[in-house]
Amino acid sequence: MTAAQTQPSGTQPSETRSAEGAGLKGAVATFTTRHASVLPTFAAIAILIVLLAGAQVRFGNFLSPGNMSALLYDNAHLLILAVGMTFVIVTSGIDLSVGSVMAFTGILGASLLTAGVPVWITILAMLVAGALIGMLIGVLVQHFGVQPFIASLAGLFLGRGLAYVVSLSSIRIEDPVMDWLRTRFAFEGWYITPTGIIALLTVVVGAIVMHKTRFGRTVYAVGGSEQSARLMGLKVARTKVMVYVISGLCGGLAGLVLTAYSSAGYPRNGVGTELDVIAAVVIGGTLLAGGRGYVLGSLVGVLVFGTINTIISFMGAEQSWTHIIVGALLLLFIVVQRAIVARSERGS
Amino acid sequence: MDEAQPLVELTGATVRFTSTVALDGVDFRMFPGEVHSLMGENGAGKSTLIKALTGVLAPDEGVMRLGGREVAFASPHDAQDAGVSTVYQEIDLLPNLSVAENIYLGREPRRWGLIDHRAMRRDAAGVLADLGLAIDPAAELGTQSLAIQQLVAIARAISTEVKVLVLDEPTSSLDTDEVAELFRVIRDLKERGVAILFVSHFLDQVYEICDRITVLRDGRLVGEYLTTELLRIDLVQKMLGREASFFKARDRIEQAPQEQESFLSARGVTTAGIADADLDLAAGEVVGVAGLLGSGRTALARALTGVDRLESGIISVEQRERTLDSPRSAMRLGVVYSSENRRTEGLVGEMSIAQNIALALQAQQGALRRLSPTRLRELAASWVEALDIRPADIDVPVRTLSGGNQQKVMLARLLAVSPRLLVLDEPTRGIDVGAKVEIQNLVAEMADNGLAVVFISAELEEVLRVGERVAILRDGRIVETAHAADLNVDSLMALVARPDLPEA
Repeated sequence: MTAAQTQPSGTQPSETRSAEGAGLKGAVATFTTRHASVLPTFAAIAILIVLLAGAQVRFGNFLSPGNMSALLYDNAHLLILAVGMTFVIVTSGIDLSVGSVMAFTGILGASLLTAGVPVWITILAMLVAGALIGMLIGVLVQHFGVQPFIASLAGLFLGRGLAYVVSLSSIRIEDPVMDWLRTRFAFEGWYITPTGIIALLTVVVGAIVMHKTRFGRTVYAVGGSEQSARLMGLKVARTKVMVYVISGLCGGLAGLVLTAYSSAGYPRNGVGTELDVIAAVVIGGTLLAGGRGYVLGSLVGVLVFGTINTIISFMGAEQSWTHIIVGALLLLFIVVQRAIVARSERGS
Repeated sequence: MDEAQPLVELTGATVRFTSTVALDGVDFRMFPGEVHSLMGENGAGKSTLIKALTGVLAPDEGVMRLGGREVAFASPHDAQDAGVSTVYQEIDLLPNLSVAENIYLGREPRRWGLIDHRAMRRDAAGVLADLGLAIDPAAELGTQSLAIQQLVAIARAISTEVKVLVLDEPTSSLDTDEVAELFRVIRDLKERGVAILFVSHFLDQVYEICDRITVLRDGRLVGEYLTTELLRIDLVQKMLGREASFFKARDRIEQAPQEQESFLSARGVTTAGIADADLDLAAGEVVGVAGLLGSGRTALARALTGVDRLESGIISVEQRERTLDSPRSAMRLGVVYSSENRRTEGLVGEMSIAQNIALALQAQQGALRRLSPTRLRELAASWVEALDIRPADIDVPVRTLSGGNQQKVMLARLLAVSPRLLVLDEPTRGIDVGAKVEIQNLVAEMADNGLAVVFISAELEEVLRVGERVAILRDGRIVETAHAADLNVDSLMALVARPDLPEA
């Protein structure tokens, strides 16, 4: 009876006693109770700013339009993979297959194009191939109870193996659409390529799906507590398969972007990339334990990763330093996250 | 407030698990606008009845009517759609999402196919305000206190058209003020005609909030009573039951309680579930522990045997102060514990009788000094014979045994390490009468051989029969330790229940 009035009618303005009123009083307190999980992402943004400012001071010309544009151009494939990985990690899963899925779909696309297959069919085939490998991993995880680590490791070997089956060596491509994908639309020294736009669109779509759809909220629910999500009547099984499909799809898209970027398919592409992606996602504030994280945070994480890379090459140092620094940063972030989780556990 | 038509009516509900009948032809009903309590000890069938009510499991027999119509729920989701919502003891919400999302997850208001967070927060604020709760709907649930999380769970349950609200031990982790707040909400819902099933082992709370009480024992219905007409002591008696006619008191070899030195003595022992407990145990003595569920029975056992660390207090073994900080260190001093949950905390169901018996012994020896398989089998066989475990085949997996025989395997395992003090937590729960007597006799025999035994049981007759002395627990304290000879079931029951009546 009375309960009926509280049904989500959508238009009925109901009395709110607490919501906005409390916000005025203690804005800080309200913020922390509402958005504590954003803090690691803020930390990542702070680190990005420090890195950029420090590099500018050190090198003088670091923040040039060309250099900043290149950050997106060079890391577009990482960004796409990071979006997919964010979905998986928020459900407290992991997807180790993304690097080799990217390599496989890339070499698949290159060989299809050389075989004369129309470019749109090729692109579709790349995306479907990625999604299928993702679905395989998802089904293994959900319906066969395989650990995500193991299931996606199988996906990693499968993808890499298939890449070598397609071709053992690099395949160069010459295709107008692929060329167009890396055209630079320039404006006063800044430029952006269709690959960069695809990457940014992936981020936007990913963020909207995560925050504004029932599926996206279920992803968070599963990461928070799978058992509770099930008892609440949410579609847990479907969601858990879907996140791997999304990650696989992103793998296919990244394969397309990387192939266009390097105008070649290469079966050895992306060895170890899955770890870079996981690092970027974690640095961006997504909790490896699941339940917390933001697609936009992963964008920041990829930019931090790319900036460190660029700084290293500016310094003319060995590229392996990138991994050492990223590794250290990762360690720092995981410790910070543990601290946050431990605090919130004690709080409740 | 007795209305002719019950809102929920369950008739002849029977639930069988593989070897046991968890619920045996139970009738249960609830009226709109009443708070109903379900009372019973462990294993009485409370949770099974709740599960049958809320669609978690389907009864093997029995009919359920909701508002006069026959219903059969295939899942909790079905039950929810029909208006039966449940708030579980372990709050099944998502700490990483906002309060509003926790209320509306799965049925969020949407605009253009996308979740309208603003409308959701506004609606949630409405539901919360309706309950008189000042909670920020946008706050992350995990930042809120347990009490608030509990209330949010209730808000979720009633944000649909709720007719029946099941609260399973909702107060077990709340403090007094929080309980008062919960009760305010319950009374409010009651006003609106919601039927509320309030399950709690706190008698005070049951008497404060409930209109009607249904008592279950051993899966059977004992009766349904109006709270105002049921004295506390009668309730306890109905919960614990009396089977006195079944047994005759065991002949005690009166060893004239010579003031011998105690084997173990506890002073001021305090853990999360027990406060300031003093207890002395002499070799060859059986001390029974009586108390209701939640009175600290298990907490006492766990404190004595190193399972839970002491917050304060001293345990001395043979007049020397000792730190029992793990079951292993307790075992080294000859103190062993048999858990009330034999399946989850005791036996390994897939392993054979022999392997189960050998477990503790092997642990005591250390992994490096392996017991030879022949020695192990001889040992197991001798225990099987000594305790009359059936089937007398040491290679069958333990899970195939009956409850009584499983308990004997558990005992054999503990006895194999030649303990000095045995703490048995409800060793006879869920086993048939014959096996119960056998276990009781075994305990007596062990005591005659110089073993000190702490015997915890929900059955008062049993405690009196087996124990030479009885420690009575209430609300986490040992309120009295008396000689069994000076007590009878009635006087013990009066001590176990809160003595709010000047009688017994």
